[in-house]
Amino acid sequence: MKQSRVINVLFLLPCVFSFVMIIIVPFFFGLYYSMTDWNGISNVVTFAGFKNFRNLFSSADFLYSFLITIAYTGINIVFVNIVSFGLSLIVTSKVKRRNFYRAGFFVPYLIGGIVLGYIWQFILNNILVSIGMNMSISFLQTSFLSLPHTVIWTMAAVNTWQYAGYIMLIYVASIQSIPSSLMEAANVDGASYSTRVFKILIPMMANAFTISLFLTLTTSFKQFDMNLTLTNGGPATRFLDMPVKASQLLAMNIFNTATANRMAEAQAKAVVLFVVLLIVSLIQVSVNKRKEVEM
Amino acid sequence: MKDTQQLNSKWQVSGRTTLVLLEVFTIFLFILFMVPFGMVVLNSAKTSKEIIYNAIALPSDWGQLGVNISLIFNNSSVDYLGAFLDSTLITLFSLIVIVIFSSMAAWVLVRNKTVWSTVMFMAFVAAMVIPFQVLMYPLVRWLRVSGSFFGIRLLGTIPGIVFAYLGFGSPLSIFIFHGFIKNIPYELEESATIDGCSRGRTFFAIIFPLLQPIIVTVLILNGIWIWNDYLLPLLLLGSNGVVQTIPIAVTAFAGAYLKQWDLILTSTLIAMLPVIVLYLFAQRYIIKGMVEGSIK
Repeated sequence: MKQSRVINVLFLLPCVFSFVMIIIVPFFFGLYYSMTDWNGISNVVTFAGFKNFRNLFSSADFLYSFLITIAYTGINIVFVNIVSFGLSLIVTSKVKRRNFYRAGFFVPYLIGGIVLGYIWQFILNNILVSIGMNMSISFLQTSFLSLPHTVIWTMAAVNTWQYAGYIMLIYVASIQSIPSSLMEAANVDGASYSTRVFKILIPMMANAFTISLFLTLTTSFKQFDMNLTLTNGGPATRFLDMPVKASQLLAMNIFNTATANRMAEAQAKAVVLFVVLLIVSLIQVSVNKRKEVEM
Repeated sequence: MKDTQQLNSKWQVSGRTTLVLLEVFTIFLFILFMVPFGMVVLNSAKTSKEIIYNAIALPSDWGQLGVNISLIFNNSSVDYLGAFLDSTLITLFSLIVIVIFSSMAAWVLVRNKTVWSTVMFMAFVAAMVIPFQVLMYPLVRWLRVSGSFFGIRLLGTIPGIVFAYLGFGSPLSIFIFHGFIKNIPYELEESATIDGCSRGRTFFAIIFPLLQPIIVTVLILNGIWIWNDYLLPLLLLGSNGVVQTIPIAVTAFAGAYLKQWDLILTSTLIAMLPVIVLYLFAQRYIIKGMVEGSIK
């Protein structure tokens, strides 16, 4: 018995030790630093109470990033889920080479945000513009990344290209687990295709929607890599009479604040990100779970 | 994953015309998804001038691709080959420690039904909601302080970042292993214990081999993430440290050769290629692993 207790401790030790060192300790330090004057240079850190948080809500640059992140997340949730649900219907239909297509749609997910940000920057700034020039299509001649009102939509489109194939896999797995007898019965009853999809398929897939919405919500809210290499926050625009970066999402705002050695302020922003993300995802999951039961 | 052919086909669209239209639409979509990759390959085989002149034309000489690739590997400011090697080592070592240590921890947590094991498991699960942004700067400071206290260099070294990946990767991995081990009958272990097998050996000789299918899932989920990860290596290794990873090398390269798309695109091509080649060979496992990892 004694020997087995030693084994238990030994087996748990590597994970627990790294978990405490890498997540738990930095987490509590992080909460503390958000209430200090930490600047990353001086070794002396003094307590400042909720000053950093109070300042955040009067900072145009933070409020803008916050609102734009919410808008971006909302657009993404709609885009990604509609496209991936459509793709999942296609690759489970009778279309030839459907397994090949399924594998192909997933490829963008494998490429990291950094790399695909550059690829799309090239496509949007060079390819599309050059097509616009050659064929005299005026709306293509200025890059979608250089206009404050199109840049968020464009980022959401790129993000959809990356994530749709992954979310599609979740929907496909869900469709495949629906008993075929159910669909056959509907077919015999003469239900139309759209009735079958909306009245049977979607309600049966409620669980997959909960997962997919959660995944798109959390990944969009924390978006950083693609934001950095696709737009780096640009172009410039104005908000509340202050100059701000039109596509600077929250994660990038935190990063830039810290790069400017305003570490405590960056930390306070990160804590706000954490709390908001926690609340929104808890609401989303509980609402979806309730819907699942109703269906 | 099962082929979709044998599955419920009764609910799907029917009629020849509809199917043909759907087929055409799917091909169109597929091309739309693949065009970005095509553009990368096309323009990696051009000179900077050619790209500016016409970005959508076919390259005049495919040999330029070789020239661009050698320019990147022989670059003086960014050591691409070194970054490639470091990325491979970091991903490999991180995956090994994550799989071995997380499965060990998950097994102990499943087989010991005490308050402590429940609390510990809950802590791992709860930690998954913490965004990286909250941890990243305190982590760097903490690793510097604790590293100098223990006399180990945790920043800028491969062991340091592997240790960090173990910390970030173990919650999800323990969660996945936990769900799988719960369904392995305890009787298997009991009979081994009666035969005089020690606890430690019971795990490695009996349980660990049974985990094989779920190990694939854990490897794929963590592998894609670690290989493409940017922020953690940037913060722990620095943008021009001795140890580099592929995503850092790509950004360093793009920063040094502003708007020189011939070289930037070739560097992204080199960064993508290993992943895509691996995917071609292990496609079935990767898709299955992704689905299982996200549904659990």
